[in-house]
Amino acid sequence: MSLRMQILEAIDQNARFSTKELAIMLGQDEAAVAEEIIKMEEEKVICGYTTLIDWDKTELSQVIAMIEVKVTPQRGQGFDKIAERIYQFEEVDAVYLMSGSFDLTVMLRGKSLKSVAQFVSDKLSPLESVLSTATHFVLKKYKEHGVTLVNDNKDERMLVTP
Amino acid sequence: MRNPLNQSVVEIKPSGIRKFFDIVSEMKDAISLGVGEPDFPTPWHVREEGIYSLEKGRTHYTSNAGLAELKEEISRFLKRRYRLEYDPCHEIMVTVGGSEAIDLAVRAMVCPGEEVIIPQPSYVSYEPCVVLAQGVPVFIPLKAENDFRLTEEELRAAITEKTKMLVLPFPNNPTGAIMTREDLAKIARVCVEKDIVVVSDEIYSELTYDYDHVSIAELPGMKERTVVINGFSKGHAMTGWRLGYACSSVPIIEQMLKIHQYAIMCAPTTSQYAAVEAMRNGDADVQMMRESYNKRRRLVLHELRDMGLECFEPYGAFYVFPCIKSLGMSSEEFANRLLQEEKVAIVPGTAFGDSGEGYMRISYAYSVENLKKALERVRRFVERHRQAAQD
Repeated sequence: MSLRMQILEAIDQNARFSTKELAIMLGQDEAAVAEEIIKMEEEKVICGYTTLIDWDKTELSQVIAMIEVKVTPQRGQGFDKIAERIYQFEEVDAVYLMSGSFDLTVMLRGKSLKSVAQFVSDKLSPLESVLSTATHFVLKKYKEHGVTLVNDNKDERMLVTP
Repeated sequence: MRNPLNQSVVEIKPSGIRKFFDIVSEMKDAISLGVGEPDFPTPWHVREEGIYSLEKGRTHYTSNAGLAELKEEISRFLKRRYRLEYDPCHEIMVTVGGSEAIDLAVRAMVCPGEEVIIPQPSYVSYEPCVVLAQGVPVFIPLKAENDFRLTEEELRAAITEKTKMLVLPFPNNPTGAIMTREDLAKIARVCVEKDIVVVSDEIYSELTYDYDHVSIAELPGMKERTVVINGFSKGHAMTGWRLGYACSSVPIIEQMLKIHQYAIMCAPTTSQYAAVEAMRNGDADVQMMRESYNKRRRLVLHELRDMGLECFEPYGAFYVFPCIKSLGMSSEEFANRLLQEEKVAIVPGTAFGDSGEGYMRISYAYSVENLKKALERVRRFVERHRQAAQD
């Protein structure tokens, strides 16, 4: 496996390893690892470092919605132009082009049901190319980015075994 | 009432691990690097297969030697991974963990008074199994200067006219040592020349790093005189399912099977169905776990050397075996004081034989966060006591 892939696999689930730790764990030269990371950041292979937060455990109340959007693709620009008109909105967390019975999945974070509804009726639906929307609200997150959020995975092993 | 007990059982020492476990259990909020099992749960598709087998009502005995389809999968696995050829119908039997297979092999072959060579440090059960079979254990203290490998000279020096068997525990618990093909070839020649049978405990065979595992049974003249013991506990993260297997020539397996048949009947049926799935579709899981252990292995080795502890590079299992002699205390003292002063539980090397004196077994089957936290405490402890040892 290339150094690039080794680094990506190692940091996919944990962005907090230092360059030195990564180099030790991968059995690679520290300078080479640092250089490769910078290169990937420049090439936008690594687009950012975020934190996986379970907001339900905080005082912040927020609503997450998944909106299925059907659109008319535009001549010469396919879906990209309309996707851009949608992903520019601050409220929008993610936009994916989908196969199947609708075209775009729009993930949205809002303060309340009302604010999400307002976004859909005031901003999303009026867009010229948008044919229809179907809004689904997230009730509970079980797992995100490979991490189970619902139960704390306690180490159930005995403290000392042969 | 007269003494109800068998004196030879009474005389067996309780394991050193047990003793340490009792001390650790008293200590609230201790963090441990003392566990001899994977931190991964069994992969879900394997667990699911176990659940399905229960749903379908597969709750009966299997044949004594194990499910035919499992033995076939084991046979294929051994061929694809280690170039071993065993007839699934007659040369493979499924056991309750590798532990049962060790006991069976010793009982099926060792006669009273015959000597069994056991290299140490090594797993805790070899000696009592030999003693229970009325055999005589003969220990070879493995040396750090050889990276805890067994050498031809050491083996030759331990052989007498009464030598019947050699236990070959590699990849090794607790040292993490492995044997290369060249190392094994020398041992195999001696075994053939001196007509010694080998019990090769290869339970950690799937967990080697930088080197591929080689089984001594693959070498010329060895298959008929070797019992290969392996299982699902370590590589496939299935410790609690209690499932292992033994492979050998027909005359040996037949006798082992006889003991198994009367003592155990058959290995747990649910576990066997789950294991079929692990053999068929589990290679990628093992690969993922191996790579994950390897990262932690490098990290722990680096940290220990960085704090000034001498430490050979272990290429197998999930243990590192640092030398603590520079601190001027015994392994047991180190373990107890580290537990009292820094609340970290590490098993003393002496739990695996007298030749483990001066060493500690550190398991890296823990999350990186856990390892870093524990090693920071170990570093603090080591630095404090090195200072004291020098003053």
